[in-house]
Amino acid sequence: MKIKNIIITFVSAIAILFSTSVVSFAKVVGDKIILGAAISLTGKYSSNGVHTQNGYNMAVDRINEMGGVKVGGKTYKFDIIYYDDESNPKRAAQLAERLISQDGVEFMLGPYSSGLTKAIAPVTEKYGVPMVEANGASRSLFTKGYKYLFAVLAPANLYLDVAIETAVALNGGKGVRIAQAFEQDAFSQDVRLGILDAAERTGSKIIIDDKLPKELNDMAATLAKVKAVKPDVLVVSGHTKGALTAIRQIAEMKVDVPMLAMTHCDAAKLSKQHGKNSQYALCASQWHKTLTYKDDFFKDGMTYAADFEKLFGYDPPYQSAESSAALLVFKDAFERANTFDQKKVRDALAATNMQTFYGNIKFAEGGQNVDKPMVLFQVMCDDAGKCENKVVAPLKWASAELIHPIPKWSER
Amino acid sequence: MDFLIFQVPMLTLQAVLDGLLLGILFALIAYGMALQWGVMNIINIAQGDLVILGGYIAYFMYLYGIHPAWGVIVSPIIMYFVGVIIYKLVINKVVDRDLFISILATFGISILFMQLMNFAFGADVVLANSGYGTTMLFDNSVTLPNSKIFSAFISILFAIGLVIYMKKSKLGRAIRATAQNARAAKILGVDTEKVYAATFGINAALCGVAGALISITFTIHPYMGLPYTIRSFMIVIVAGLGNLPGVAMSGMSLGVFEEFADYILGTEFRIGSVFLLLVLILVYRRFKLSRKREYLK
Repeated sequence: MKIKNIIITFVSAIAILFSTSVVSFAKVVGDKIILGAAISLTGKYSSNGVHTQNGYNMAVDRINEMGGVKVGGKTYKFDIIYYDDESNPKRAAQLAERLISQDGVEFMLGPYSSGLTKAIAPVTEKYGVPMVEANGASRSLFTKGYKYLFAVLAPANLYLDVAIETAVALNGGKGVRIAQAFEQDAFSQDVRLGILDAAERTGSKIIIDDKLPKELNDMAATLAKVKAVKPDVLVVSGHTKGALTAIRQIAEMKVDVPMLAMTHCDAAKLSKQHGKNSQYALCASQWHKTLTYKDDFFKDGMTYAADFEKLFGYDPPYQSAESSAALLVFKDAFERANTFDQKKVRDALAATNMQTFYGNIKFAEGGQNVDKPMVLFQVMCDDAGKCENKVVAPLKWASAELIHPIPKWSER
Repeated sequence: MDFLIFQVPMLTLQAVLDGLLLGILFALIAYGMALQWGVMNIINIAQGDLVILGGYIAYFMYLYGIHPAWGVIVSPIIMYFVGVIIYKLVINKVVDRDLFISILATFGISILFMQLMNFAFGADVVLANSGYGTTMLFDNSVTLPNSKIFSAFISILFAIGLVIYMKKSKLGRAIRATAQNARAAKILGVDTEKVYAATFGINAALCGVAGALISITFTIHPYMGLPYTIRSFMIVIVAGLGNLPGVAMSGMSLGVFEEFADYILGTEFRIGSVFLLLVLILVYRRFKLSRKREYLK
């Protein structure tokens, strides 16, 4: 009993200590601009959460090393308060509240994934806190009339319509027959809407339109249908699970399609996990290191990739690159606003028109970046089985020629 | 209506075969659940997480250059001990309590396992490649991945092995006796504590086999366990408790039913239709039960 009492006293003493010693950060402390971010460091998004955090950290270090941010004749350095949102939207919203109302953060960076960004956006909007986010692409984020949300990435509905346009162009401008399978989540369904638009625009016909369950691990039925109807293009989007399952089963079932377009190949490490079976898959990407965009901080994609690898030991996925770009956008906006007034910074963000190593950035009314097209790369393998992702569209940045149609399995 | 499946006859065959192969694998997981439910009266919500853990064992063997098919031997051995440890730490404290307590306890284990696996193995979706190739029938119009055939074959092997073990071995007989009447078994000298531990271990071992098979046929991810729990729960419910051949049949027919639902109603109704079937079966059972004359035995 005595021990129990001691423990209770001890725990409550610590609790009181903590509750009274919460330091309220101001937006700018000394020469530091403190940004807040809830990031998925644990839970199901933790891999991509870490990519996001690495991207943020690398940009913070780089900007600070290169002179920081100049506002009102004074130089400031970036600093970020991170909290782990456990990949949970509710937790993310709570943490956003905490960052703003307890920690006094006045500028936020986005979390990982559309779902979590959706949870946080109403909070930042309520407090009028400008948020630059780099990992929420869902179209619904940009149709709610948010004034303080800015996304450096292209919206989800633009992910794969380049593929459809390319297929139509290769078909002599005539519409193509599309089979599509999308997971039932906000992001993938947005990608689907993009395909529907593209199909209508190009006079293409959708002959299979499957909605895959969230706990997707088997798409044999969809692929059997594809085998039976022989479409010109097969489009699949279902996060990493979808990409890995599709490639595995397409190879196992020997499904022949002239074009296979998908999302999340990068995150799924498709070529590493599936080797030659992933060959010829077309993948939508926000960024690729071979793109020739430039800025003063990271120079270009190749330099960014090399520096990133030196720091973190792996090739940067686009999630890291776009996260780094978010900091560049903030720096630019602070300097143009020349003040830390949230409204003025917000207006400066809205007027952003710049090029970064990641791409051009210019925000539309809804907050999405409209100046950066998606790129498509194709997985290409050599005879030894070593596979690489090569940009094939848009043609301006193509580092390899698109292989079309995909050779039949019997000829591989 | 012109359903694709009826226009292309080979699709029907493909659907049946796919459904059977899928169902057999699910039946193996359900088998473990039925066994442990019947013997210990515990609904194990962590069933799917045990499957995924088994899958990771095979995956790591694959990473270190060992063919993942060996996972069907290594994984159950490791998982047996994992099962026994879970029993000793948690389950033995809830085994005599009501069902709700055990659901809560195993739900807790499930969350713990998910987080631990996420912590230890990362949140990436992974798979192991068996390199088994494909069997093509009827001029490539019906294709069966050999990994799925292998999975079904191994599942059947383990299921038959288990039935024989339960019939012939001393422990198997003790397990069956405990399932029938734990108190009487105890009076007759059966160490029910040991029987429970072994049952939970055997269940975990079956999950280990299934996990290894799933890593070579599908994909694994720390948070992917729950669908396997739900699926096996449904198979057991449809088959009825203590009905091991019924579990195999119900697994396979649910597999085929799901495939047909996919073709006819659409992929989005695949899971929903299985739930609908479950509701119908339960209503039918209730109806039949209410017509039975009740009397005191």
